[in-house]
Amino acid sequence: MNEILFKVLLTIGVVFNLFGCIGLLRLPDVYNRLQAATKCVTLGTCSILLSLIFRFGFTEAGIKALLGIPLLFFAATVAAHALVRGSYHFGVKMGDQSVIDEYADHKQESSQKEPKED
Amino acid sequence: MKHVALFIILLGLWLLLTLNLRTANMLAGITAALVTTLFFGRYFVTGIRKFLEPMRYLWLLVFLVIFIWECLKANFDVAYRVIHPKMPIRPGIIKVKLDLKSDFAKVMLANSITMTPGTLSVDLIGDILYVHWIYVRTSDPEKYSEFITSKFEKYIKRIFD
Repeated sequence: MNEILFKVLLTIGVVFNLFGCIGLLRLPDVYNRLQAATKCVTLGTCSILLSLIFRFGFTEAGIKALLGIPLLFFAATVAAHALVRGSYHFGVKMGDQSVIDEYADHKQESSQKEPKED
Repeated sequence: MKHVALFIILLGLWLLLTLNLRTANMLAGITAALVTTLFFGRYFVTGIRKFLEPMRYLWLLVFLVIFIWECLKANFDVAYRVIHPKMPIRPGIIKVKLDLKSDFAKVMLANSITMTPGTLSVDLIGDILYVHWIYVRTSDPEKYSEFITSKFEKYIKRIFD
């Protein structure tokens, strides 16, 4: 039973990681690519880590894998935020299909207020 | 007080990660936790009393169930958009007003939004959260928060705020 659960979760994890990678290649701009990279890849990796519990039980390896899930969750979300904010301030344009950008107003306001920050 | 709490949490995390109780390992863990506490203790959560209220843990369990469900939905949503030959995307960055007070609660909401269907938090300035949305469903700014924050905000308010 545990062996079956291990294999099922491992397969789900690998398949979602694959979707994440396809998204990384197909989607048009940085912002959309990060969506695929954070969501699919995080869940895929969490699923792989969870599968290790069924393979090894609550031993040293199993507990380490379980602890990896919350750590990965915080690391992935914060990294996605940092990357997306960084690339916006660096000036990476949004793709042609974009319909709205309310962040631009804020950026304009703040650059008018502090013309020379450094 | 909050330094002590951070120290205990860090040491517990270290022991779980290494899983042995020999003296050398304990000493290394205590040193690492002490150094981290000295440098980052003042950034730790301010309302330390919140840890002692049991209702918050109950709501945390409810929140976790909803969060995992939303997380799964998010993945099928993104996978569908990625595999679909025409790629049904309509991306944009929108702003949402938050109703939370403490910084930690805001961070948790921003993190949860990143993991939910089609949304990715870009920046948080004061009360306003900027969100990148892969498929902007409505052009009415009043309705944004309904789609994006309402699912989690009430739970996070009860747990962390």
